Order: sequence, then C-alpha cells, then structure tokens
Amino acid sequence: MMLFMLLFSRQGKLRLQKWYMAYPDKVKKKITRELITTILARKPKMCSFLEWKDCKIVYKRYASLYFCCAIEQNDNELLTLEVIHRYVELLDKYFGSVCELDIIFNFEKAYFILDELLIGGEMQETSKKNVLKAIASQDLLQEDETPQGFFEDHGLG
Amino acid sequence: MYPYYESDWSVLPPEQNRRFNPAFNMATIRQAFSEAVERVRMPTPTRLRDLIRQIRAARTAAEERAVVNKECAYIRSTFREEDSVWRCRNIAKLLYIHMLGYPAHFGQLECLKLTASTRFTDKRIGYLGAMLLLDERQDVHLLITNCLKNDLNSSTQFVVGLALCTLGAIASPEMARDLASEVERLMKSPNTYIRKKAILCAFRVIRRVPELMEIFLPATRSLLSEKNHGILITGVTLITEMCENSVDTLNHFKKDSGNREIVPNLVRILKNLILAGYSPEHDVSGVSDPFLQVKILRLLRILGHNDPDASEAMNDILAQVATNTETSKNVGNTILYETVISIMDIRSEGGLRVLAVNILGRFLLNSDKNIRYVALNTLLRTVHADTSAVQRHRTTILECLKDPDVSIRRRAMELSFALINGQNIRTMTKELLVFLEKADSEFKAQCSSGMVLAAERYAPSTRWHLDTLLAVLIAAGNYVRDDVVSSTIQLISSSPPNEQSYIAIRLWESLQVSNHCEDKQPLLQVAVWSIGEYADLFLYAEGNEDFEKPKELELIEMYHKFLSSTQVSVTSKQFALVSIMKLSSRIQCCHEEIKTIVETFGTHLNVDLQQRGVEFTQLFGANNHLRSALLEKMPPMQITRVSPQNGTPPDESGSDLLENGLQEDSPSVDQSSNILLDLLGGSDISDKTATTNIQRKNSKNANQNVSEPSNQDLLDLLGGIDLNVPPPMTSSIPIATAENSSTLNGNDLSQLNSVNFNTITQPAVDASMLTNSFLDDLSLTQNTMQPCGPQITALEKNGILVQLVPSKGNGCLQIFMTTTNSSLSSIEQFLFQAAVPRSFTLQMLSPSGSTLPPGGTITQELRVVSTSKAVLRMRLRISYVLDGQPVLEQTEVSGFPENCFD
Repeated sequence: MMLFMLLFSRQGKLRLQKWYMAYPDKVKKKITRELITTILARKPKMCSFLEWKDCKIVYKRYASLYFCCAIEQNDNELLTLEVIHRYVELLDKYFGSVCELDIIFNFEKAYFILDELLIGGEMQETSKKNVLKAIASQDLLQEDETPQGFFEDHGLG
Repeated sequence: MYPYYESDWSVLPPEQNRRFNPAFNMATIRQAFSEAVERVRMPTPTRLRDLIRQIRAARTAAEERAVVNKECAYIRSTFREEDSVWRCRNIAKLLYIHMLGYPAHFGQLECLKLTASTRFTDKRIGYLGAMLLLDERQDVHLLITNCLKNDLNSSTQFVVGLALCTLGAIASPEMARDLASEVERLMKSPNTYIRKKAILCAFRVIRRVPELMEIFLPATRSLLSEKNHGILITGVTLITEMCENSVDTLNHFKKDSGNREIVPNLVRILKNLILAGYSPEHDVSGVSDPFLQVKILRLLRILGHNDPDASEAMNDILAQVATNTETSKNVGNTILYETVISIMDIRSEGGLRVLAVNILGRFLLNSDKNIRYVALNTLLRTVHADTSAVQRHRTTILECLKDPDVSIRRRAMELSFALINGQNIRTMTKELLVFLEKADSEFKAQCSSGMVLAAERYAPSTRWHLDTLLAVLIAAGNYVRDDVVSSTIQLISSSPPNEQSYIAIRLWESLQVSNHCEDKQPLLQVAVWSIGEYADLFLYAEGNEDFEKPKELELIEMYHKFLSSTQVSVTSKQFALVSIMKLSSRIQCCHEEIKTIVETFGTHLNVDLQQRGVEFTQLFGANNHLRSALLEKMPPMQITRVSPQNGTPPDESGSDLLENGLQEDSPSVDQSSNILLDLLGGSDISDKTATTNIQRKNSKNANQNVSEPSNQDLLDLLGGIDLNVPPPMTSSIPIATAENSSTLNGNDLSQLNSVNFNTITQPAVDASMLTNSFLDDLSLTQNTMQPCGPQITALEKNGILVQLVPSKGNGCLQIFMTTTNSSLSSIEQFLFQAAVPRSFTLQMLSPSGSTLPPGGTITQELRVVSTSKAVLRMRLRISYVLDGQPVLEQTEVSGFPENCFD
C-alpha cells in the first residue's frame, strides 16, 4: 500500500501531496521537508529507492518535477515506479504534454486524476482509457452546471 | 426586408424562435438578479488562477506571505458571512495556500458545507478539501461521515465515486465502522466504476479495523470471475489483505471461493494475461497489465506459503512467467522480481529455485541501479533458504560495496554479513575492512559491530581475531559502538599472555600515529586498558625482539599527552586514569611522574575524574601499602555475548545458543532481569534507552552526590557483574537481552575499569575490591545514603561489627549489611545468613566476599518484601573462622522501620 505521494520541483517546492495515512499536520510537514532535502541531494545516477524510517521511498524525476512515493516494506519498488509512470502518462494525456506549470495552475485536476488511479494507496484502475473517460465525464458534469453567459467566471477561474 | 423586425423573438411563436431559451424563465432571472446583487454587495473574489499568478510573482518570501495573508483574511471574511456563491472558489484557493505550507484549518468546516451542496463542482472541491485538510483528530469527522453516508446513496455514480474516494483516503476507525455496511452494499453494485472503488474501500476498512473483515467475506466470492481489470486488481488486493490478516480466512479462501478454487482461478487469470495477444488498453511496453500480474503473483505467494499442494498447482505458471517475461524494460523486471520472491517463498521445485537465483544473479549484473538494488534486497531475503546459491554471487556483491549509491551500499553490506562463514571469513573481512575505512559515518557503527560479531563467531585464531578487532577499531574511529570496546577488552582479557603482550604492543604502536588519540577514542580506551593491565608483559618480557620497547618515561609522556588533551573524552580519560594507576604497580620507575599526573586530577573540573584523582592520590600516601594489591591484574573475563544481528541466519548456531542459554539460565536470568527492571524503574527491559538511562542516572549521581533507590540497584547491578559474583552470574545478564546487554556490558566494563565514583556514596553496597579499603575512611564520614530507619547493630564481638542499614527500595525494604573487622587477626569463611517470618520474603544478594582482613569490610544487600502488615524481625546466623577456630553466632534483630513496605 502506498502511504503517501509527493510531487515537488527541483527547487524544493511542493506541488502536490496525497496522504493515505493519517498523520498530524506537523508530521506531514516534517516528513515533506526531510524527504525533499534528502532526495534533492541525491545524484541523478543513483537508484530510485531510499530506505527511510520503516518504509521505502520510491522516487523518479520527470523534467523539473520529482514524483516521490512512500510504500510499505513488502511492496514492489519497481511496480511503484510503474504506477508513477502511469500517473505521468495520464497527466500528459489530460493536459497534452504536461509541464510543471499545468500542475501548478490546475492542481485540483491533478488530484482528481490521481484519485481516479489510486484509492487508499492502491491501484483501482489499470486502463488509462477508463481513467480519462471518468475524468472527462466529471469535467463535463461540472461544465454543465456552471452557468455560462451571464457571469463567465463562475468556475474556479 | 426588415429582417431585424421579423426575427424579433417577441413576435414569433416559441417553436420558430431559435433564440428562445426555455431555461430562461423567471426563476433564472431572479437567481441571476440576486447573484448580481450579491456581487455588488461584495466584490468578486480573486480567481484561483489569478491568485496563483500573484503568489508566483512574489519575489521574496515576505512578499509571498503578504499576498497569502491578505487573501486568507479575505477568505475568512467570506466564510464568516456565509457566502455560498464563491465558497468553492475560496476553498480551492485555500487548498493552494495550504500546499504552500500555510495554515488552512479554518477551511475544514467550509469543506463540509461544500460537500453538502447539490452542485457537483462544490462536492468535488469539498471532498478534495476534506481529504487534504482533515486529519484523524478532528471532531468534524462525524459530520463528514454523515455527508458520506448521504452521497454513498446518490444516484449519480460520480458522486458515489467521490464519497468512496474520500472514505478510502480518510478511513478513520469510527468512519470505517459507521460506513462498512454501505461499502459492502456498493461492493455488489452492477456498476463497475462504483464497485471497484467500493472494493478498495473495503480493503481500507479492514486495514483500519480488522474485525470488520467478516462482513465483506461473502461479497468477495464472485470477484475473481470478473473480466474487468479494475474489479480484478482491486479484488485481488482485497483478498490479499484478508489472507494476510488471518490464517482462518486464508484457509477459507483455499477451500471455498465461490465457483472455483482460488489457486487454479488465479493461475487461469495469470495465464490469460500472459498468453492473450496485444490489448492496447492494458499494455505497458509489451507486457499485459503488469499491475494485475504483480498483485496476482503476490497473492499466489501467500496462498502457496507452506502449502505443498497449492505450491504444486502454481509451479508451472511461475516457471512460465519467469521464462517468458520480456526483460529489456523495467516492467518485465518488475514482474520477474515479484515472481522470484514468490518462488522463494512457496514450496517450489528445486529447478525453479535455481532459476530464481539465476534471475537475481542477472539482476546483479544489470546496468540499471534500481534492478541491482532490488537484486541485493531479494538475495538478502533468500539467503537463509539457499546460502550456497547466493554465495556464488559473492564477488559481485562485494563489488557493490564500492557503489556510490548509499541504498545499494547498505544492502550490499547487510548481505555481505549474511554471507560470512567459517570458510570465507578471512577474505570477507579483508573486503569489509576496506569498506569500513571509506564508509560514511552512518555505516561505521553498524559495520564495525557486525564485523566484531562475525569475527567472534568465525575467527580462525585468537591472533587473527585480535588483529581484526584492532583493524576495526582503527578503521571505524570514533563511530565504534561501546559494545565493540567491551568485547575487545573481554577478548584480550581472556587471551593467553603471549597474545596479550602482542596486542598491547600493537595497540601501543597504533597510538603513536598522530591524531589517533582524538579521532579514535574507542581505540584509545582499549589501548590504555591493555597497556595498563599488561604493561609488565609488554615492557619487560623477553621475546618480541623486533619491537623497540618504549622507555617508561615515553609511556608516561604519552599518557600525560592525552590526559591533558581537551579533545579526549571524559570516558577515555577515566580509562586512562585507571590505567596509569595500574602502570604504577607494573613499571619499575617513574612513580613520581605518575603521582604528579594523578594529583593534577584532584582539581579536575569533572567531578568523577576529580574524585578519582583524590582517591588515587591516597594510594600514594597513607595507603601506599595497599596499592599493589589493589591494582592486581583483572581475572580473565568470559566471553558470553552472542547476539544475532545483521542477517544472522536463524538456522545457525548463534541464535540457538542464545535460546538455549536463555532456557538454561532462566532462574538467574529472572533474578538479574529483575534487578535490571528495578534499575530502569519498571520500564521495558528491551527498551533501547536503557543504557542511556543508566548513564544519565550515573552522571546525575556523580554530579549531585545524592543517591536514589534506583541508583542503589544500579550499583548493585554493576557490583554484581563486576567483581564479586562468580562467572555464571556474569554470563546470565548479557544473555538476558541481546541488544541491551551488549551495551550494558560495555557499560559495566567501563565501570569496572574506571572504578565508579558512585561507589563512594554507597559504602554499604560497594563491592569493588579495587576501591574498598581506601574508600572506607571516606565513606564513613560521607555517608549520604538516605536510610529510612536507624542503623542497627546486629553483632559486636571479637572486633567484628555487623551493622544493618535499612533503606526504602522499589517496593521492598533494602537492608545493607556491613561487617567490619577491627581485630588484629584475619577472619575467614565469613557467612552471613538471615531468616524472616513467613509473612515476608527475603532475597539475599551475593556478599562482597568471605574474607575479612584486619580493617576489612564485607557488604551484602538483603531485600525484604512484605506480604502482610506484620512487623519485621530477623534471625541471623553468622559463622566465620577466627584464628583457625570456627565460630557461630546467632542473634535476632528487630526495630526495622514500619512504613517501608508501601
């Protein structure tokens, strides 16, 4: 089971955080800070795994963004890399060659996509098509109820 | 002709009027109007994207803070005014602010209001906010549980989906309990979108509240006969969790899982995945649904574990996966990795196991670091099952010790320790020493301890063992743990004299290297201990012609150098001070120089060292005649510590020894662990803080010069281990707790070596021969122990004075017996026996000795536990031999304080 997922930039700025374990806010912040520093300090040629506390950290860099997951001892590290990759593929399909700015300005969408891929830290859908279909239908639902024409910026803007 | 007029919507009937909008009725107009009023009343809030832009435009942290604070203040005000039109947007902004690390808890309730809204956008953002902002402690949980309950019954699948997703993310135990039945209902939904989410929610519910598993069992029946991969992967995940959870459920699934047996069913699904042609939906670089494959392989492993039949049923498919999987990409290796673990975990065929280890061997040579890491990790897991197969990859593993990546080095180190055996100890140690020298500080402690353990178990000869320990001490420097120091000292002390003088020479040589004293203090400690003990062997013995013996003066110079260095720790100085004292009785000259050095410590800032300086100075003055006797050589210590660490295979003798030791010694272990428990004030014996505890108490005592009950136990413990208890006792304590004891051992050794200052305040319990006599004068005047009753004189005859000092202990009455001999003749075979009424239980600890020279003292501790309110009386029988005549005295004592048993 995945314990949490963090996305952060090369500058160490947090871009997304998904927690599947209930930690107090302070602990979350501490973990985030620690991991960001540790991972940014690692050289690019090093392996993607870190043993950290009693879990394993799997991370991978895509362009300027680091995707970092904590998994349990018995979980498959290599598979976690595939999960990360699948998420990146989904983002890419959704935004159309995704970049960090897409995730910054549409962070809520990035969360929605992740929530269609994983629930409670486990994979719920292995078909890319199905995930994107679900997201598209929900976006449509949102669009339909947003009054258009009168006040254009009724959405999140 | 007049198109504008003709097309005027007001004159045309509705069906011809293309601009007529039936939704555009009075209600809409009214809503739009009220919203317009709202907008006038309150300015439109900043759009989310604009806020992000503003924040990103901030050039300094202060600027950013200003923007965020302004926005937060605004958002708060809208929350106060119950503005529901813009709530969604404001929460979205707040979530962004939250991600930047600013507090956003004030949005929690607003998130709940959003989830209760009927708009999908509101719900979507509301639940997102709930997942991000709520944590388990919040009281708002009850509210959100209600919202979830409503939405789980919604007719819109995406609303149900949102609710399930939120439940899966938060899933607090209360929430799990409240919503389990809803989840169970949705697990049977015909809608796959809802069903797969509900299955994972069930997984989370069981994770949090295992006893809820029962209600989900029936619903799992049909999961594996589904075609949809979403249902399959979530179903396998759920069943895996259930099987891992309880053996009963595991058996339940093996026997009955709906239409078919579970193992053949899983094998069928896996086979279909492998054999099915290309399916674009689930393909990942040429592999069909690796996510599902891995999950199935994992479940198979659990089902096949220790089950020959189930294992038999999956052998073929595992072999098929292992041979047919494409390995050029990470995906393929992912599946192979999982397959290998499964093969090693189940009762698989021999051939299959060879195949698995060979796959790992290939992994080890892979250019991808990740694959290499995984290989090392898996080899460590399989090393117990098949050592010889792993041994074949030894050279590759040792190569990995030089890898620049920490993760890989750590794995390689642990694996190397697991591979050490009697045959390869020499070569492995050589490699590991090279590693140790260059290793990061974080590895040094673990690696050095591991090497010491390995050397202890497999050392081919004492000389080799000593050399290795010396090399470890030099290579690991200050990172060496205390256990290494203590076990080295133990080894030296129990070695034959020629080895002792050899190692003393080697240690002396190693001290000559510059900076060794400061950078390698554990080495310094061992060195001064050995030189102090064996200086006579080392300076004056014949042989060792090639070694240029140092002059006594050089030796003293050296001691002077590090005793006065500010960079040498107090512990090392304690070692050195005792050592130089010992030297004074070993070497033939330079006594004056030693005395001068010792005297300077009489004014040392550290209380402990100062005390010792004063005490030792006494030994050059009035008590000079006692010196040589006091500074006798230590009797050889027994090496008893065998603690499994660092991947010691369980099937080897080490752990057996430990278990056996535990069983054989259980009575004495009990006793000693009681003492330990007392010492720690009832805290868990396996607590790793134990040692620090002791040390803290130690130093506290040294500083304050006040004794506490626990300190008495401490002293007792140390006294017990140190000197006056026969060897079996010594062996029992280290075995009692493997990890703890090693450090404890180190501690007691240092105590032993450094003549603990604590003893000063505790004359009654002081057991150390070393300190006994010269502490007497001090102790009688400086008895700071806090007795809870008067000192009782039990016997005063023939110059023998037996006194009892009661003191309140930890739930018991401690009585310290002190016998002094003021007669002119020596007393032999002194035996002190005591009996108490039946309503008390009495425990007598070992006495400090049985011989009383003139002026000598014997101490012994008694512990009395009361089982009723009776008054304590004690019958004593004291026997001894005086001038060759056996004497027997019997007496009865009372007058113990009454309030000592609560």
